[in-house]
Amino acid sequence: MAEDQYLYAVARIRTKELSLLSASFFEQLLSAPDYEACIRLLREKGWEGGQNDWEEMLSRERQKTWKLMEELLGDTSVFDVFLYANDYSNLKAAVKGCRHRTELENVYIEQGTVPVDVIRTALRENRFEDLPEKMREPAREAQRILLQTYDGQLCDVVIDRAALEAIYQAGKDSRNEFLMLYGELTVACADIKTAVRACRTGKSREFLERALAPCDSLDLKELTEAALEGEEAIGRYLARTEYEEGAERLKESLSAFERWCDNLMIRRIRPQLHNAFGLGPLAAYILARENEIKSVRIVLSGKKNELPEESIRERVRETYV
Amino acid sequence: MAIMENMGVVLALLGAVIAALAAGIGSSIGVGMTGEAAAGVVTEDPSKFSKVLVLQLLPGTQGIYGLLIGFITLTQIGIMGGSADISLIKGVLYFVACLPMAFVGYKSAIRQARASVASISLVAKRPDQFGKAMIFPAMVETYAILALLISILSIFGINGLAV
Repeated sequence: MAEDQYLYAVARIRTKELSLLSASFFEQLLSAPDYEACIRLLREKGWEGGQNDWEEMLSRERQKTWKLMEELLGDTSVFDVFLYANDYSNLKAAVKGCRHRTELENVYIEQGTVPVDVIRTALRENRFEDLPEKMREPAREAQRILLQTYDGQLCDVVIDRAALEAIYQAGKDSRNEFLMLYGELTVACADIKTAVRACRTGKSREFLERALAPCDSLDLKELTEAALEGEEAIGRYLARTEYEEGAERLKESLSAFERWCDNLMIRRIRPQLHNAFGLGPLAAYILARENEIKSVRIVLSGKKNELPEESIRERVRETYV
Repeated sequence: MAIMENMGVVLALLGAVIAALAAGIGSSIGVGMTGEAAAGVVTEDPSKFSKVLVLQLLPGTQGIYGLLIGFITLTQIGIMGGSADISLIKGVLYFVACLPMAFVGYKSAIRQARASVASISLVAKRPDQFGKAMIFPAMVETYAILALLISILSIFGINGLAV
């Protein structure tokens, strides 16, 4: 059976889960007096660096996760679905870098399915054929939009939509229940956020049709109509979907909704803690690590900027363990 | 034809071989599965070796039971020494007597391995719960023991039958 392929890997992940950051550890981090105290606590958990630049620390932790996956699986292409967002973010940076003829180094994310240099060179030299097939058309269109209209937002919309389509399709193609769920939730949450932002900024139907990516759990026509009508209409529409609770969070703020989306993902993946077979526990571990990296970033940036503890606490995500 | 005259012992031997073969295959698959999971835990924490080793070995017992049934059958039908003159009916009876161990041994070894893999995950996270972790896969053993018992009783019972 295919699920028996990962017995060794899942057993190792079970032990690795012991070192994931728990809710009580985040409480400790939140009640730490300052940034330096947080870094000390994280060092005790094996997180290295971060004295001056927390991004360097977080990037190192992300690398550790992928290095472990490479060690366990050899070929990590089954998890490419988690890396497409990074690829398309790099594509966005490269398109804008080309337009402004500037080469910013720290805007690129190293973990991706396409090397950063390939993306940069392809954009700089108009060699779109060097990019994977699904990236070529959005790259061409985004560059054309930026050169002809200077509309950075529209350029972002084109690439973000392509990223969502790639994630959704990769989830479907995997035929793995867990990865399909990831694809579906990622696209649905992104669509809802886009609809709310578009509603607040008074965007047109054409913009919405261009920006929203199709998924199974949302009816895009209804969502578009609701977004054109107003925020309350979006809430009413969502109340009829599985994202009913999210509609309540939307009433508070968009950041509360974003937090709810991340928490929803964590709640949906939590049953994998008790699954000893298959790819699910490995995929859940990657997401759990991404989630804790996101939460640590929120805490560290909050502490660095001396934000009140309560204000940081309400942004920290639920933990997997 | 000589083979038809000796069909009794052929069938009895076939039963012994199937019991050892099926239970042995089940156990080797099971111990292989649990071995992979055990290696995963020991890679991260070598101190758990003794605990996961016990869990790894649990699905191995079916192979031993199959061997036992095969050995007893061979002794009873005279292949290990004595007369191998077995009637066709007795041959069929020995064959049938070996089947519980063959089928239950094969299937229970694999199912027990899955329970053991899950228990290895449990021990990886909560080594203090080793006793409880042992019980879950050990429950599956009950059915392998029941099959062993019925096969043994049948094999010894056939010897005294005047058929």
